[in-house]
Amino acid sequence: MENALARAGLWYTLLVIAIVAVAGAHDVGFAVHMWIVAGVAVIGLIATLSRYDYNAAANRILRAPNDPSRYDDEPVRWGVIATVFWSIVGLFAGLWIALQLRFPELNFGEYATFGRLRPLHTSAVIFAFGGNALIATSYYVVQRTCRARLAFPRLARFVFWGYQLFIVLAASGYVLGVTQSREYAEPEWYVDLWLTIVWIAYLIVFVGTLLRRSEPHIYVANWFYLSFIITIAMLHIINNLAVPVSFLGSRSYSAFAGVQDALVQWWYGHNAVAFFLTVPFLAMMYYFVPKQAERPIYSYRLSILHFWSLIFLYIWAGPHHLHYTALPDWAQTLGMVFSVILWMPSWGGMINGLMTLNGAWDKIRTDPIIRMMVAALAFYGMATFEGPMLSIKAVNSLSHYTDWTIGHVHAGALGWNGLITFAAVYFLTPRLWKRERLYSLRWVNWHFWLSMLGIALYAGSMWVAGITQGLMWREYGADGYLVNSFAETISALMPMYLMRAAGGVFYLAGAVLMVANVWLTIAGKVRDEAPMSDAKYDPQADRPIVAEPAE
Amino acid sequence: MSFTQQHKKLERNVTLLGVGAFIAVAIGSIVEIAPLFWIDNTIEKVDGMRPYTPLEQAGRDIYVREGCYTCHSQMIRPFRDEVERYGHYSLAAESMYDHPFQWGSKRTGPDLARVGGRYSDEWHVQHLKDPRSVVPESVMPAYAFLAEKELDTRDAAGHLKALRAVGVPYTDRDIDMAERDMRAQGTPDADAEDLADRYPKAQVRDFDGDPNRLTEMDALVAYLQVLGTMVDVNSAAAQQVLASEKGR
Ligand code: HEC
Ligand code: HEM
Ligand code: HEM
Repeated sequence: MENALARAGLWYTLLVIAIVAVAGAHDVGFAVHMWIVAGVAVIGLIATLSRYDYNAAANRILRAPNDPSRYDDEPVRWGVIATVFWSIVGLFAGLWIALQLRFPELNFGEYATFGRLRPLHTSAVIFAFGGNALIATSYYVVQRTCRARLAFPRLARFVFWGYQLFIVLAASGYVLGVTQSREYAEPEWYVDLWLTIVWIAYLIVFVGTLLRRSEPHIYVANWFYLSFIITIAMLHIINNLAVPVSFLGSRSYSAFAGVQDALVQWWYGHNAVAFFLTVPFLAMMYYFVPKQAERPIYSYRLSILHFWSLIFLYIWAGPHHLHYTALPDWAQTLGMVFSVILWMPSWGGMINGLMTLNGAWDKIRTDPIIRMMVAALAFYGMATFEGPMLSIKAVNSLSHYTDWTIGHVHAGALGWNGLITFAAVYFLTPRLWKRERLYSLRWVNWHFWLSMLGIALYAGSMWVAGITQGLMWREYGADGYLVNSFAETISALMPMYLMRAAGGVFYLAGAVLMVANVWLTIAGKVRDEAPMSDAKYDPQADRPIVAEPAE
Repeated sequence: MSFTQQHKKLERNVTLLGVGAFIAVAIGSIVEIAPLFWIDNTIEKVDGMRPYTPLEQAGRDIYVREGCYTCHSQMIRPFRDEVERYGHYSLAAESMYDHPFQWGSKRTGPDLARVGGRYSDEWHVQHLKDPRSVVPESVMPAYAFLAEKELDTRDAAGHLKALRAVGVPYTDRDIDMAERDMRAQGTPDADAEDLADRYPKAQVRDFDGDPNRLTEMDALVAYLQVLGTMVDVNSAAAQQVLASEKGR
């Protein structure tokens, strides 16, 4: 009771602070954000005061089996739902901005212009879709590989909900014009502070669980998750150093300027790719691929070698985003050299994943989830071959500023991050809800082929668009003058932009199929279909090791 | 002991593993970033750079708010075609007061680093209100609402103060006068001599074609018109500094 009262007091304090902040706000964006915070406080207050059993309610919504002798999977279930939800939001935003580039009439008024929606797309797919997948899978994997329940269960839930608040504030901010306009670090100072708190809580939960492990060794997937959490904390804090204009307003100015700001930002930006879109996704690979293939990981030595070389080398590669700019030459050269070397540890990871299938190659034919994982690894290999190539200054002089970069991004994002995450969702859903199997494995197969078609259209059209654009910009006529006006280069790209949007439609359609599949699986339905092979699951073995009898 | 045996120590100890990973990522970060702050010739010493006037800075804030960087770069690379298309390649000094930098990474539209003075104010206003009325092929969004929105001048001084805190050399007088400067620069026939003294070559006029109001359009066009014009890159002095720059 006292506990509840104390908590109600905290919510109430938060509510008062939010209302004061609304009243004194210097700009609309900040006021709207404080209204959102006030709304959260009211919900928290009501939930606490009504002493409503919201755990039971949550479990009803989740239709979750309740068994304390099992792993603490509630936040993982929420995380899977959030991942699936945000994937639709992010992909839809992507499709919309793709269409805006072909049909500019789709820019509506003040709030829905390309400039405001593009960061919404990138944040929604990277931080909302990707981030939720990472939090959920890390909670799942760390418990299994340590044979222990999550440390600090309350804090673990705070991380999940705090992260959702971060996403809502960031996303609504872009539409309202609250942004720092620094790529992948757009949220303003107070949202950044909030994320810092959530992130440190995440580190505590993760390390706490590692400390409670019943296994003597820390499994390789957890090295990747740990270095991801630590490095993102470092990058986020340093890159977002800024001075706010007012503590009641959204605007702030970056602590750095010009060339220094550029290097700090791309040190961050590149390593957001490295430590958000690569390292922790490799952690997913290291757990889910062996599980689904039912084979041990190919090489332990290779995983040690490529882990340390990957994280050591990646951090240097930022300047390849600044080739031929006003950044000093020595920094550009460093960035180029390290990026080219990076090819090797990157392929080390791919090889370790693919070779895990040694002796089980036939599963690519029979098991659609394995097929998705293998395709993801192939795209990872492709993006990490293309990346080092784009880092070579001569190549970059053509590709930089063009759609070639966009093609590279999405080969990695759709192919690698997207597919490996979908595969993990398909692996997790029946296990988390204790269903016999997915609603439909054949639908997974459909999802796979829709995605492949989408990626082919997207990457193909953007490579052509990028090279066309780059060559047209630098084309000289016999008279020694530039041949193309800028406007002519825009018209040349229109067919490719339409093709890219078509790719987006297919990719999004695949994701919608996933939503239906996950939904029906949770509802406990099973589609009557010719069977396909899937990994076996033994619920009895999927338990933590507990010293005392479970509560 | 083979290295896999040695590695077992790290694998059994969370602290060692975490610290090891942190050291691995800290080395590259420090070696690469720190020198940029103390190596002397990172930023050329050229004449002409001054902090933005309050109106230009307000325009820059709108540029940041609207995410123009998602389509426009502000960094001309030293290639023949770029220099011919956009003007002299960009110098590090030219963004030394840019918090944050807006070099961009994608050119859906042309580079804007030297767009200042290339078009008339009327052209910009018409283009921002309805880009396709000027360039039919354009895919740029229409920003007509900027002309309707009164510019918020209340906290002009606060903005300059925050900028001073991060290193832009505004004087006390600049800060005291911020709001007046902002209005004066966008109003024709205002007494702007004092402004011009403190901000050399500041352009003072009505930018948006509506002299009765100071709108967000005024601010944005004032910013676009100053881009790339502060340093006279072709002057003998500037060329001498650049000749001593190696590698670009
Ligand atoms: C969807 C991408 C997009 C966004 C967002 C965008 N622009 Fe553009 N912009 C273009 C394109 C394409 C052109 C070239 C065709 C034209 O002149 O309209 C262009 C041209 C321009 C030009 C003329 C440059 C020249 O040298 O001819 C200016 C100035 C400009 N934009 C300013 C802005 C400002 C300021 C913003 C933010 C408020 C902005 N743009 C946002 C795509 C964009
Ligand atoms: C339906 C699928 C998708 C479509 C149609 C789509 C479309 C787009 C478009 C049109 C852009 C802007 C390109 C430009 O400025 O010219 C973009 C940028 C971007 N997208 Fe996507 N996208 C999709 C999925 C994804 C996914 C799943 C991810 C990541 C996991 C992703 C990450 C990014 C990133 C990082 C950028 C910025 C690229 C850069 O700045 O170079 N996208 N996307
Ligand atoms: C060895 C690995 C890789 C290297 C060396 C590399 C290199 C590069 C280079 C040179 C660019 C172009 C920069 C420019 O000209 O502006 C780039 C852009 C990008 N890459 Fe990679 N890449 C690698 C792997 C990946 C992977 C696996 C992804 C996952 C999705 C990815 C995501 C991105 C993104 C999002 C951008 C766009 C950044 C922006 O301009 O906004 N990269 N990369």
